[in-house]
Amino acid sequence: MVVVAPPAPGKVEDLKRRFFATPLQALLSLISLAIMAFVVWKLLDWAVFSAVFTTSGGPEACQAAAGACWSVIAARWRIILFGLYPFEEQWRSALACVAVVVMTVLSCIPAFWTGRRIAFVWGAGTALYYVLMKGGVLGLPYVGEEAWGGLALTLFIFVTTCLIGFPLAICLALLRRSELPWISRTTALIIDGVRSLPLISILFTFAIVLPFALPQWLVGDKLYRVILGSALFFSAYQAEIVRGGMQGVPAGQEEAAMALGMSYWQRIGRILLPQAMRNALPATINQFVISFKETSLVVIVGFFEILASGNAAYGTGEWRFAYVEVYAFIAFIYFVFVFSLSRYGAFLERRMSVGER
Amino acid sequence: MVSLLRNQKVRNTLLQVLYVGALAALVLAGVVIARRNLAEQGITSGFDFLYKSTGWDVNFSLLPATANDPYWWFFLIGIINTLFLGTVGLMLATLVGTIVGLARTSSNELARLLGRTYVDIFRNIPLILQVFFWYAVITHLPTPRAAHEAFGMLLTSRGLYLPIPNVGAIAFAAAILAVIAAIALPVWLGRTSRLGRPFGERLGIQLAAAATALATAAVILALGRLPDLPLLDFPALQGLNLKGGLRIPPEFSALAIAIAIYGGSYIAEIVRGGFKAVGKGQMEAALSLGLSPWRVFTLVRLPLALRAMLPILANQYVWLMKATTMGIAVGFTDFFMIVALTINHSGQTLETIGILMAGFLAINLSLAAIFNHINKAIALKGNQLRA
Repeated sequence: MVVVAPPAPGKVEDLKRRFFATPLQALLSLISLAIMAFVVWKLLDWAVFSAVFTTSGGPEACQAAAGACWSVIAARWRIILFGLYPFEEQWRSALACVAVVVMTVLSCIPAFWTGRRIAFVWGAGTALYYVLMKGGVLGLPYVGEEAWGGLALTLFIFVTTCLIGFPLAICLALLRRSELPWISRTTALIIDGVRSLPLISILFTFAIVLPFALPQWLVGDKLYRVILGSALFFSAYQAEIVRGGMQGVPAGQEEAAMALGMSYWQRIGRILLPQAMRNALPATINQFVISFKETSLVVIVGFFEILASGNAAYGTGEWRFAYVEVYAFIAFIYFVFVFSLSRYGAFLERRMSVGER
Repeated sequence: MVSLLRNQKVRNTLLQVLYVGALAALVLAGVVIARRNLAEQGITSGFDFLYKSTGWDVNFSLLPATANDPYWWFFLIGIINTLFLGTVGLMLATLVGTIVGLARTSSNELARLLGRTYVDIFRNIPLILQVFFWYAVITHLPTPRAAHEAFGMLLTSRGLYLPIPNVGAIAFAAAILAVIAAIALPVWLGRTSRLGRPFGERLGIQLAAAATALATAAVILALGRLPDLPLLDFPALQGLNLKGGLRIPPEFSALAIAIAIYGGSYIAEIVRGGFKAVGKGQMEAALSLGLSPWRVFTLVRLPLALRAMLPILANQYVWLMKATTMGIAVGFTDFFMIVALTINHSGQTLETIGILMAGFLAINLSLAAIFNHINKAIALKGNQLRA
């Protein structure tokens, strides 16, 4: 007997089945469609049809227009992206951003996922960034940290936070798992204490309060204190993620390693951590995404990162009215970074679940 | 000595002593240095400053506040402001999140797309950027002279003005409690264990309870009204400013809107996850019993999904409560801003940081305790659920 597939439904029939199967479905579809049409139309009208794109008319032409005033971006993009960095040297800031992005992309490629390679990529990338930004060598004029700003500063804080926070997180997770009760309890207290505080209060403490409690020679630049605080916060959350990953490794794995006569560090480095990191990967990427967004909080302790420079770009003088455009531009930059990171996380999760099906 | 170090027990003890001792030494050194530094500036340590008057004012407070009030009163104001903003923000975020989350789990493709777009956009933009954005939007609203008006409410760049009844503070609070009771009583009575009666009779008692509570609220308002004034105080233009009514400052609205929209996108994902966690067999079983789709939803899907959501939701709530500290970016006097101002003005750094930690620890722990309690109360007991 030959089984014939039923004829494919026609276009209209298909639409009917998918969106208008029942009266309730039809109502839902219509409401959704109306919302979408309204929002898309309003947005397009504002951002494209009635918008001003050229700087030729200056702020006055913008104020007269009904739509968005993209000329503010054309006029002020250098402030938003580079902050107070010296004007002639801004190519260095741009190049430093590229270095960080290349480094991040490289570390997303599985071929680089060995301890040594990833350490090399991150070490080299950060060093390159630092040399480019600070200068003082290779004929590059010196630019102090206080002049860093905009996107480059945001990326620097993010990268160094992860660079310091990640090893710290692994240390904390191992200490938290220690069989010695006093060590594990004290570490648990530190982790929970940090996690229960808002990040802003930690940044504030490190930036403004900590200098009181440090001897003069240890105070250092505010930027590095803030990075330390943000790394501590990152590591407290990441430590719990790593610990969760370790708990997912079957006990037999470590017992087998012990039976083979491996030392503690061999067991941790070759058996436990690789498997734990695999378990913890989705949550780890998520934590990276969150901490990228949270770099924006340093604006509160007085850094000129991208959000602060955006505030400055519209806050003074003739562009005072164009705040929506500036925020939309910054939101777009954040969106590109955060969305691609989280899409990458979803891709990884799918890729890694292949072996487990 | 060497043989002693080879002993596992001795080594373990030594390690622990070293670790804890090093940390304690670090903290102690910090405190000693801080005390010396502060003493050089002529600041004495201790908690005596709590009873001194602050000399500065707050721009938003639910409690009466003047510059003569002591520091401890300002800390209280800060905590109450934080809790108030947190509660309003959490409720709005839960509302937004539930709607978007339901749209994302709906069987309608367009609704799903809409929900997904919402989540993808608002989750990927930092909260503080959204706070700045809404603050800028609100402060760019028209001046009081050209205010947007609707139902006696006025929307201006100086805030949202609402009509408010002219009653004493205590009567107002009591009336609010009565209104809350009018909503909560019927729900509480609705639990079958409280009223062992059939559905039809129960409804009558529930309605009666709600009506009684509402009537109480009306009586309290009528008795507590201030003499010689109309019952409702409408905001109105006087000179260049608005007088009367309840003013919700732009700082508060900006934070509440931002928390609602940003938090809503996270809660939507939690709601979606909760519904996804409900086994398909549960719904099929309910349908095969002949329950209507609405009853399948309210009696089976929703309760099971709520149970799956609650622990994650508790975490999210704690996070959003901490997010109220972003008020400092726009100048809302929450707990953290009071702490920061106190450090600036009094110099009592260590003590104030201690109060900050204790305050947030208390908030987090009580939120966690409340949720643990709810979780335990609604958890499936014994053999109700078999996988």
